[in-house]
Amino acid sequence: MTDAADTPFMVGVIALPLAGAVAAFVWPRRAPAVGLCVAGLVWIPVLGMLIQLVSHGVQHHELGGWAAPLGIALRADGLSVLLVLMVALVGGTVSGYAAGYFGEVRRSTSPSFSSSPPGGDGEGSEDGGRAHARACFWPLWLFLWAALNALLLSRDLFNLYVTLELLGLSAVALVALADAPVALGAAMRYLLVSLLGSLAFLLGVALVYAAYGTLDLPLLKAALGGPVAPVAPVALGLMTAGLLMKTALFPLHFWLPPAHANAPAPVSALLSALVVKASFYVLLRLWFEAFAGAATGAAMDFLGVLGAAAVLWGSYQALCQSRLKLLVAYSTVAQLGYLFLLFPLSGAAAGGFTAWAGGLYFVLAHACAKAVMFLSAGSLMRAAGHDRLAGLGETVRAMPVTAFAFALAAVSIIGLPPSGGFIAKWLLLNAALGDAQWWWVGVMAAGTGMAAAYALRVLRLPFVGTASLPPVRRVPRSMEWTTLGLALATLGLGFTAAPLLEWLRVGAPVGGPGLVGGQP
Amino acid sequence: MNFDSWVLVLILLSSLVPAVVIFLLPEESRRWRTAINLGGAGMKLVLVGVVVWGVYHEHTYSVSLALLPGLALLLRVDALSMLFATLSALLWFLTTVYAVGYLEGSPRRRRFFGFFSLCVTATIGIALSGNLVTFLIFYELLTLSTYPLVVHRGTEKSLRAGGVYLAYTLGGGLTLTLAIAWLQALAGPVNFTTGGALHHIADAHAPALRWVFALMILGLGVKAALVPLHGWLPQAMVAPAPVSALLHAVAVVKAGAFGIVRVVYDVYGVKLASQIGAMPWLAAAAAVTILYGSLRALSQDDLKKRLAFSTVSQVSYIVLGVAIFGPVASVGGTVHLVHQGFMKITLFFCAGSFAETLGVHRVSELDGVGRRMPWTMAAFTIGALGMIGVPPLAGFITKWYLGTGAWEAGQPWVIAVLAASSLLNAAYFLPVIHAGWFKPPAGPWPTQHVPAGARGETHWMLLGPSLVTAALVVVIGLLANAPFTPLEWARLLVAREYE
Amino acid sequence: MTAPALYALAGIALFGLGLHALIARAHLVAKILALNVMGAGVFMFLIAVAARGEIPDPVPHALVLTGIVVAVSATALALALALRVRAAGGRAELPEQESPDA
Repeated sequence: MTDAADTPFMVGVIALPLAGAVAAFVWPRRAPAVGLCVAGLVWIPVLGMLIQLVSHGVQHHELGGWAAPLGIALRADGLSVLLVLMVALVGGTVSGYAAGYFGEVRRSTSPSFSSSPPGGDGEGSEDGGRAHARACFWPLWLFLWAALNALLLSRDLFNLYVTLELLGLSAVALVALADAPVALGAAMRYLLVSLLGSLAFLLGVALVYAAYGTLDLPLLKAALGGPVAPVAPVALGLMTAGLLMKTALFPLHFWLPPAHANAPAPVSALLSALVVKASFYVLLRLWFEAFAGAATGAAMDFLGVLGAAAVLWGSYQALCQSRLKLLVAYSTVAQLGYLFLLFPLSGAAAGGFTAWAGGLYFVLAHACAKAVMFLSAGSLMRAAGHDRLAGLGETVRAMPVTAFAFALAAVSIIGLPPSGGFIAKWLLLNAALGDAQWWWVGVMAAGTGMAAAYALRVLRLPFVGTASLPPVRRVPRSMEWTTLGLALATLGLGFTAAPLLEWLRVGAPVGGPGLVGGQP
Repeated sequence: MNFDSWVLVLILLSSLVPAVVIFLLPEESRRWRTAINLGGAGMKLVLVGVVVWGVYHEHTYSVSLALLPGLALLLRVDALSMLFATLSALLWFLTTVYAVGYLEGSPRRRRFFGFFSLCVTATIGIALSGNLVTFLIFYELLTLSTYPLVVHRGTEKSLRAGGVYLAYTLGGGLTLTLAIAWLQALAGPVNFTTGGALHHIADAHAPALRWVFALMILGLGVKAALVPLHGWLPQAMVAPAPVSALLHAVAVVKAGAFGIVRVVYDVYGVKLASQIGAMPWLAAAAAVTILYGSLRALSQDDLKKRLAFSTVSQVSYIVLGVAIFGPVASVGGTVHLVHQGFMKITLFFCAGSFAETLGVHRVSELDGVGRRMPWTMAAFTIGALGMIGVPPLAGFITKWYLGTGAWEAGQPWVIAVLAASSLLNAAYFLPVIHAGWFKPPAGPWPTQHVPAGARGETHWMLLGPSLVTAALVVVIGLLANAPFTPLEWARLLVAREYE
Repeated sequence: MTAPALYALAGIALFGLGLHALIARAHLVAKILALNVMGAGVFMFLIAVAARGEIPDPVPHALVLTGIVVAVSATALALALALRVRAAGGRAELPEQESPDA
């Protein structure tokens, strides 16, 4: 067993996508095959990490045998492993979807496409654009995957900065794969915001180093255990501001809807499901680990208030949108708000692990559900040629698998049982009630009602109209069925919470009893 | 896991699996769909029968799955579950037969029957739930699976009704969720326990428990159509007749009423519920609903709308019976869970047959319908007389127990409510019966469309279920004292509650 | 005031200057330059931190070197994107924020 215990699976989950990215770049023709291989093979190190975690607790690894501070040290606790698992699940599904999305056969060979509604661009240019997008998508996505996993396993502030930057750059390049001018503008705005956020973060890192002489998260935690230097709150504030920008927390969310809504569907799914969660993850590491000593209750409450505002404003905006992908993007703005309720609730004594678990289960559930929503929106858009809600009814009716997948995702986003979203909201709700923080209960209730309302704007579409169906442009079956598969996983999250939260507990910075309820 | 645990899961699967299979079958394979539907319904009946037998002999069945610490899916049966489960299983079978006949040749039947089976799964799940969280899960599933049925026709009107329906029911579900989470924060996980499960915190948290009770009744009252939360019900009438039948007799409305019974009996317990002073309020809400529903029914010309307001009124008999603190009235309330189901489904079946065969939708068009469709009209008459409370039909038994129970409990005002309601019932049903039998037809029927395969007055799949349920209304009234009747069963469970 | 402290303050001033330009200037190249100025400010701060002791601290050097690599690639991407924005929209400026219903 010692062999299995020492195998550096952590290196594997980073190196495998990285090698895949290089291979996909060198052999563009084989890129989809490479991507799918990586999506399959990555499960070996991922499950290996999981087994190590369960049997041996938190894992550490020093890259190349070089110790910190100059070497790169990796650490896998329950939080990291769970999120790596999430990336493998969502990323794998999106890979399967993208193989169909970018790899569709040439349209001129298929007569059924002749009745397609006229688009703004000519057939030929769209085909050429797609070939270009296919060549670029796979290396960029695999690179992003490697960056994500590296970020989730880093235990050092500077490595977090580097991985955040790698993540941001590849994400921007992916958005720019959509050729439309509006997408390019969105990508440019995203890039500027992302770089500004990174630099704010970096300045904070520099201040931390100036004050404490270390960047290692556990060492910082120890250093901050004593008297807190006056520079620590400034540094934490700078880093937090940068990360909030990247996480698109209200009111810094302005860049997200255009970027997520105008990217190609698989990219939208990846950005909304995974990329925004990465900076949120860093926030957790800062606030609950490294700077646990410097973070005050008032600051936690402030983050919670911003989150609450995001829930309400994002939901309201989602209600007003007339395009499906913008609706889904504003839903992301709203759902990200819930994550920040974790801060005030987890800080409270009674909430503790319950809120922590709720917030992180929210991350998982939202990742799956939001990916499903963007993927199904992409299928519908491919079939209909547009994503205006008003004219989408017939298309939705002609694609019951996609409609069903979207409906399942909506169930989770609203927070109805049985789904991952329900478990997450249930945990947050229990944390709020257990600590008598009524205000957050009201926010969650209002957000749930509004989510139901905006989801219904889409869910009613399959039932509109009594006429028989016109022919619609087909989309590859693999796109529809991979989406449904992930939708079923979203539902499945409603039943697998017990083991997942046990894993999350390994090395968790927040203690306290799990959820049982009842007065002592 | 042995058979005793599996049988509960199998009861759920006997409609869940057909739902999935039906979704996967192509639209054209009509025979397979019907076979799977009826096969599943038949199997469910048999399984429920087995469990009923077991429960009668004090056998216990339960199965649970932990979702979180303190959050478990728990299926467990007691006498009350089986009352509701038997009702659902039996009426599902009949409604499926009816629906197959009713939708003959119409489009999108795959979608219809798929969600239909899901809806029954949710209803049975509600019946078998052993704790509040499981109840909540199936309660929400019921909301979701009935929405496609309500908007099935796809017209602007039905979509609007669907929106209203969802707004009400999801709002109710949200309220219920908050209440359950709050209760869990106070008391830990709550399993349904005969006599109540909250005694240990009754003294420490009396004010909070009062709020939780109010929230729960609000959440459940939406589906039970307690005034003023009933707004969705008349609008949902745009759904096809089998859906209305199922919604009113078994699924949605009953789920709400059943939930109220559960909360009063098995969460709070009658003692605690009256101790916190909740019962008079509940009784008053029920009484207002009974009278308001009947009054509104009087002025409806649309037959299905008249039946809908009648449902608003009748379902509150159940709530009223529960809210009167006394065993006899409780028997009346719980037995009405079943009695109202049989009577109302008969009425909706018949109304659907009139609409489908003759194109008659309004009370004013019903003149002479009894001459053209005597059997259907006869079934309708039995259902209506039962609703009024004419002995020896099922409705009479309910009203008798409610009345004597109220007298015993020292609440004679209830008898006045019952009398007024019966008069109103008569006032809105007797004209229909009179017009159907004794007035001459005003002219040709709006549409003389005899469904394919009809030999007698209408398709046998429409007539058969109506006659069966009408016969049952007579039988369970006449033989109320025989073993295994709903009345016997209600006495059994009330005796256990008031021990 | 010691020399390192002076450099550190100058670095922070550069950061502020860049931030101002990033927000105030519309032209994309100006914005990209502004980000580079901000980056240079942070690097200067780090170098100042490294120069505090008797022996120069190697860690900030490693950080700055890595940071420069990252900044160069980010600038390259930004410039390439800016070119495409200009090709698509005719101007090297950010388009007006899309109105929600556009």
